[in-house]
Amino acid sequence: MDIDALLPQFAAQLFELFAALALAPLLTGWVNQWRARLQGRTPPPLLLPYHTLMKLFGKEPLLAHNASSLFRVAPYLIFSCMALAAAIVPTLSSELLFAPAADAIALVGLFALARVFIALAGMDIGTAFGSLGARREMLIGFLAEPALLMVFFTASVISGSTSLATIVDTLAHREFHIYPSLAFAGVAFTMVSIAENGRVPVDNPATHLELTMIHEAMILEYSGRHLALIEWAASLKLFAYSCLGIALFFPFGIAQTLGPGALAIAVALMVGKLALGGFLLALIETLSAKMRVFRTPEFLGSAFLLAVLAVLVHLLLEGSR
Amino acid sequence: MSTRRFLDQPIDFSTLPGQAFPVWTARVDAGELLAFCRAARDAGRWLVTLWTSLAREGDNKAGELRGELHLALDLAEGLVCLTLPAGQGGFQDLAPIFPSAGRLQRAAFDLTGIGPESGDRRPWLRHANWPADWFPLRDDSHDAPRLPTRHEDYAFVRVEGEGVHEIPVGPIHAGTIEPGHFRFSVVGELVMRLEERLGWKHRGIARRFAKLSLAGDGASGGSGVNAAARLAGRIAGDSTVAWTWAFCQAAEAVAGVEPPPRALLLRALLLERERVAAHLADLGAIGNDTAFAFGLMEFLRLREDWLRGNGRVFGHRLLFDCVVPGGVALDLSASDAKALRDECATLAKEVAQLHAIYDDHAGMQDRLLTTGRVTKELALQLGLIGMPGRASDVARDLRCRGDHEPWAKLSPQLVTHPNGDVAARTLQRFAEIDESLRLIGTILDRLQGTPAGGCRAAWPATGSAADGTGARHGFGWVEGWRGDVFVALEVDKDGRIRRCHTHDPSWHNWPVLEHAVIGNIVADFPLINKSFNLSYAGADS
Repeated sequence: MDIDALLPQFAAQLFELFAALALAPLLTGWVNQWRARLQGRTPPPLLLPYHTLMKLFGKEPLLAHNASSLFRVAPYLIFSCMALAAAIVPTLSSELLFAPAADAIALVGLFALARVFIALAGMDIGTAFGSLGARREMLIGFLAEPALLMVFFTASVISGSTSLATIVDTLAHREFHIYPSLAFAGVAFTMVSIAENGRVPVDNPATHLELTMIHEAMILEYSGRHLALIEWAASLKLFAYSCLGIALFFPFGIAQTLGPGALAIAVALMVGKLALGGFLLALIETLSAKMRVFRTPEFLGSAFLLAVLAVLVHLLLEGSR
Repeated sequence: MSTRRFLDQPIDFSTLPGQAFPVWTARVDAGELLAFCRAARDAGRWLVTLWTSLAREGDNKAGELRGELHLALDLAEGLVCLTLPAGQGGFQDLAPIFPSAGRLQRAAFDLTGIGPESGDRRPWLRHANWPADWFPLRDDSHDAPRLPTRHEDYAFVRVEGEGVHEIPVGPIHAGTIEPGHFRFSVVGELVMRLEERLGWKHRGIARRFAKLSLAGDGASGGSGVNAAARLAGRIAGDSTVAWTWAFCQAAEAVAGVEPPPRALLLRALLLERERVAAHLADLGAIGNDTAFAFGLMEFLRLREDWLRGNGRVFGHRLLFDCVVPGGVALDLSASDAKALRDECATLAKEVAQLHAIYDDHAGMQDRLLTTGRVTKELALQLGLIGMPGRASDVARDLRCRGDHEPWAKLSPQLVTHPNGDVAARTLQRFAEIDESLRLIGTILDRLQGTPAGGCRAAWPATGSAADGTGARHGFGWVEGWRGDVFVALEVDKDGRIRRCHTHDPSWHNWPVLEHAVIGNIVADFPLINKSFNLSYAGADS
């Protein structure tokens, strides 16, 4: 492949990566604002997550005496995983440099890698809360990952590939079809996203009750830039999942070419879809109460079942197409 | 002075005149005390509290230090107070008879050096920095200097077995809440045992009381009865009306002061407003602990309006120092009464709407139902009192006794719930808000019938009855929003406070919380804890 063809792909890839890094805290701020509005509170500033990150980056990180090097490395690893995940999801264009590497199974593996390290870091200090959170996180993880894989398989069976770029291309640019299987997969994906991102009703990112925490319990001991990286990574994860949901289920408007005009339209559409998605997430969170920890397997079991149904529905009803 | 016997025990009790409710006292020996306690327990009566006091022989600085154990029991006929001379030593462990006595005895030892001779003798109020040989209520112990920080090795009960591990929580928590340490022994998520370690909010209130007197402001130079009442109101800020009222009952009994009937009605009004405010906050917090933040916001809004009403009408949002010795600080005008009545009507409507939302929210009900269950048997056995007790079908409410004024005239309804879980304690709060709002209406009706003004009786300058017949002991006992708040006051012949024992209902209910959690999952503890909402400050005081 000659360098002239690579250059725009490289530029688009960089653009997508930086767009994700820059916009992820904004999405978190947007969701927090809507949560507040729906609860009847005065919303916090939209840009508050950026201020929090700046504040944390300016602070000295404190380490427990018995923290190993793993504890120090984990934030960077987790942040890198999430940044890479956000970069390979075909958000703005499917013609990206990393597109050949953007495999659905690899993506699930990236999320799993980050999960393993945050759980290890949680246990590294040896506090009861870290282990408690890690245990719960792994419980959720091992139930959520198969469900997420089944969602991807549904899309893969439709498009005949596990490459995210191919999937998105197929779904976005094919002639119009209604796929009932995608409806099932969409519900399953929403449930998995809620669990994976630690949102109500599975986890409560706003809680101060250390005994009920999952994600927050693992990172209680982090401070300074370490905490900033983890917070940023959490925002990136939410952003990546939102983009993934949009790419799989509402891909319309994604740029087919790498011209500035097409990209501009793609960006505008993307922001609109994310804003709507963020509002819906806040709505779900406001309307639900957090479920008991032991209800989570039922919740994620339902998600898995729906995802399997999605594959079956496709094979049985849509297979002739 | 009349005497009588109770529970077929050969102890002659004499009635203590001038108290706000019937009180019977007797001096007993160790055998009589144990026999009476057993009889009381078998008859289903309640231990209110126990405390120890120290006195010099003949009120003389050089006299020998003598200790006494005091036991207050709630018989259906009234309050019974037994006094056991305990010398310098100790007394027989009462925890096997009344489980709630366990921590009270340990605290009594920490304060005076007079404690149980056997059983659990670990320190309770005494923490690492507090030297083991320093007893704050001994009159020869110095004022505590700033003590060096020391590490404490408290002997928690360990649960042995495969897969059991401990989770220590607190006293510093992730949120801004009061300090308390909770030691969970868990298998996976399942709680096998919870042990509490409290006492971090001990502020030496009892020792501070012993530096005050019942003299009126003119004679006391700022350490008189008003200072003492203010101190009582700060034992637990969320129950300030109950505490101040209970202290005033005790002080008024000693000083021979009778508050005017209108003042009693106003005190009842303040107490019910305090109850409503506390229940509103708790209902919101229970919603928030299930991550249903909408509930918290709505209830906080209602509570804020309610508190602003307090501020406008009574001059203090949280009703601090509205109850004063001899009566109440200020009267209620007719226009204010109308405003309060309108406020109740609005609140009743809004609470009913939120009640419906809570009831219909499947996800929330799933969290509340069967969580943290305390059966009626367990509640009676451990002595669960107050609002959580009534949610476990324990029909006990001082207001409904008929011998506590002004409640007898207001005929409050006793509200109970049979289930004893978090959902029951939530519903109990809704029901008690309804009943309190109704009571406020009744009180306002009654206030209309009494002429305004004259809400505070004059206080004798020396703090004792003018004719010299005033008692040396006074008792206060008020049904606060958590449960019954109790004050036992003893003064010397000059009206100086010798011992003021203050008992928060949380003393009884904290140990029950340990049982309520067993068999639940760790993640449900905050919710169960919130549904009890016990006081750290009140019990540690």
